[in-house]
Amino acid sequence: MPKHETPLLDQLESGPWPSFVSDLKRQSESRHAKENEIEYQVPVDVCDDLLGVVELSYKEKEVHWKHGGIVGVFGYGGGVIGRYCDQPDQFPGVAHFHTMRVNQPSAKFYNTEFLRNICDLWDFRGSGITNMHGSTGDIVLLGTRTEQLEEIFFELTHKFNTDLGGSGSNLRTPEACLGISRCEWACYDSQELCHHLTLAYQDELHRPAFPYKFKFKFDGCPNGCVASIARSDLSFIGTWRDEIRIDQEAVAAYVGGEIKPNGGAHAGKDWGPFDIQKEVIGLCPTECMWMEGGNLKINDKECTRCMHCLNVMPRALRIGNDRGLSILAGAKAPILDGAQMGSLLVPFVKAEEPYEEIHELIENVWDWWMEEGKNRERLGETMKRMGFQKLLEVTGIKPMPQHVQEPRTNPYIFWKEEEVPGGFERDIADYRSRHQK
Amino acid sequence: MAFISSGYNPDKPMENRITDIGPKHYSEFLPPVIKNNRGKWLWHEILEPGVLMHKAESGDEVYTVRAGAPRIMSVETLREALDIADKHCDGYLRFTTRNNIEFMVDSKDKVGPLKDDLNSRKHTGGSFKFPVGGTGAGITNIVHTQGWIHCHTPATDASGTVKVVLDDLFEEFQQMRMPAQIRISMACCLNMCGAVHCSDIAILGYHRKPPIIDHKEVDNLCEIPLAIAACPTAAIRPAKVELDDPKTGEKKSYKTVAIKNERCMFCGNCYTMCPALPLTDAKGDGLVIMAGGKVSNRISNPKFSKVVVAFIPNETPRWPTLAKTIRKIVEAYAKGARKYERVGDWAERIGWERFFEACDLEFTHHLIDDFRDPAYYTWRQTTNFKF
Repeated sequence: MPKHETPLLDQLESGPWPSFVSDLKRQSESRHAKENEIEYQVPVDVCDDLLGVVELSYKEKEVHWKHGGIVGVFGYGGGVIGRYCDQPDQFPGVAHFHTMRVNQPSAKFYNTEFLRNICDLWDFRGSGITNMHGSTGDIVLLGTRTEQLEEIFFELTHKFNTDLGGSGSNLRTPEACLGISRCEWACYDSQELCHHLTLAYQDELHRPAFPYKFKFKFDGCPNGCVASIARSDLSFIGTWRDEIRIDQEAVAAYVGGEIKPNGGAHAGKDWGPFDIQKEVIGLCPTECMWMEGGNLKINDKECTRCMHCLNVMPRALRIGNDRGLSILAGAKAPILDGAQMGSLLVPFVKAEEPYEEIHELIENVWDWWMEEGKNRERLGETMKRMGFQKLLEVTGIKPMPQHVQEPRTNPYIFWKEEEVPGGFERDIADYRSRHQK
Repeated sequence: MAFISSGYNPDKPMENRITDIGPKHYSEFLPPVIKNNRGKWLWHEILEPGVLMHKAESGDEVYTVRAGAPRIMSVETLREALDIADKHCDGYLRFTTRNNIEFMVDSKDKVGPLKDDLNSRKHTGGSFKFPVGGTGAGITNIVHTQGWIHCHTPATDASGTVKVVLDDLFEEFQQMRMPAQIRISMACCLNMCGAVHCSDIAILGYHRKPPIIDHKEVDNLCEIPLAIAACPTAAIRPAKVELDDPKTGEKKSYKTVAIKNERCMFCGNCYTMCPALPLTDAKGDGLVIMAGGKVSNRISNPKFSKVVVAFIPNETPRWPTLAKTIRKIVEAYAKGARKYERVGDWAERIGWERFFEACDLEFTHHLIDDFRDPAYYTWRQTTNFKF
């Protein structure tokens, strides 16, 4: 007999997509089955009460979790999110149900030994419910009690050599695509840069000193598989500045229908024979490609590296050799002032250890934002309020047409005094000597 | 339930304390075929839905079988995934940004048994545990937030809405018949933990009633100036109200706030700063559908999703209107878009007036932007429109 009847949630057990309800029930059954073997450190019926409170929300269509409350581990200001149920008498197992964010290894590759240890720890000291992974990228452990937080942190650091991620007004856990580990399009080692900066900025990650959250994300190419351009205050996107490498024989094989376009991604529908003119050359946004004597030609100088032709013909076209990354600043979701996309700040920088130029840029941005940013203001909002010119000024970057979609349509230029010969201080008597009242 | 110490001494928290070590280095977790060919991949191909093959300069091949998984995962189910990785993949696996699990093997003959194993595992309720799919021009896993499972500000549930939409679109997860990939995302409130603002289709929880003011608690639970400053539309101001004191029965003056309801955009930012201003409401809360966003730079620039349905009520437990509406958008797109065209590119090519027609969606005043300066740039400043 389940502790709580869940007639509404039960209707989410049917259908083919993996059911989180079945999964929660599975965890509940496992806890009860092993009750005599394992000295569970949070109530054995934690999953039953979780199902119960969620069922109540399904019935009432209102949430039953309260505000955070300040809980954490000693010396850190992030990594733990306090959570309490607003019906603790009905659902005592989840009266305290705090989240811990564990910093994932770059690009989320694991061996089973590491994850088994996390499973055992979380089964023993928490609810056994996780997110693999949270939106920012952490392993999210959902549901434990305050007295377990230090114990879990101690085991994570001492036994598993791993650490908590970020939360609150600090550097959030950085995230990268899998990059050169398994992708032919990665223009820099996104995993390594992510790991390097995560370690370099542990203090910023664990101890909130910023106006608001700050995110780094690392995409190996302009396809943007971790969506850095949409959701990170500093977005690192791989690119190149020389020529796309062309294998003309492979081009011919695509044209001849021997290789499926786009890696076979469209195999589920008959789109007709591959037409390089229509599908590649005609869709090139800069019209910088053409066929000449059976060979594909590219005017690389005009290419904006949108990736379409490479995506369609991965066996014929490869990224250039002079690789690095572009840095865009200020992306965020709509809260508060509307959504913002990242704006191009650094068109190209080499991504080579020890990444000195990248460190310098990050620290200049932070110094400015920490000085000027208002409470709960993201970098993108500070940029909007103070102007892109200001960001260029504090980062020492020379303005260039690449920074804008188009030049301004109003002439309301805030000229600085030092830009205008003679400055702003003038003598009215001198003026009147030439102009009568 | 006896407390068992990890070795941590609460009387001496700094004793043997280890901090700021960060995550383990990823190189410890790379399967040998990945480690050996890192940075030396030549090309890849999708052999069938859910199965990728990457070819390296050395001639090595890695076969990846991608399986869907809900973001909420118990350690029991995670252990089962680890058992599969031990059995087929020498003890390695990875997770994608979109909550899929990738199982990698180093030769083609290992793909079939792995795939069969994954597809054979089902929950007692009948759903798949690890369905293979989610590649190419199809619909992959929906990234989402916590919802009623664990968050304090949601206007809907996340796991439930995602489950019903993916149940409905399940065959699209397992095939690749779309003009391009469709990225669907879900966020349970306006905070949008995740990139739903740049998705082909986005499901967004939304409140429609201003906060209830718990006058007697505002000054106890909140810093009033912070709550006022948190409001993006300056709808909150300080106020005093006379109410009965529960202790004495006499009138008492309480320091609190007043809210101009007509200025409230229902973002809940004040509630994040002040727990005495809850928003959640069974009748007020529900869903918004957005469409036409993307993050890739391919062919066209990244773009934001646009609101195409202003409100769908929380029809628990299976949100039939939500699933039906998304199905309509998907089918109209599959029928109308050209190869390689994303939802937003298609809508822009045919015009948004045609988009609403093709998707059989009603256009209401709610869909016209009236939030600050950017609104103007979304009105039509040309005579080029379609009847």
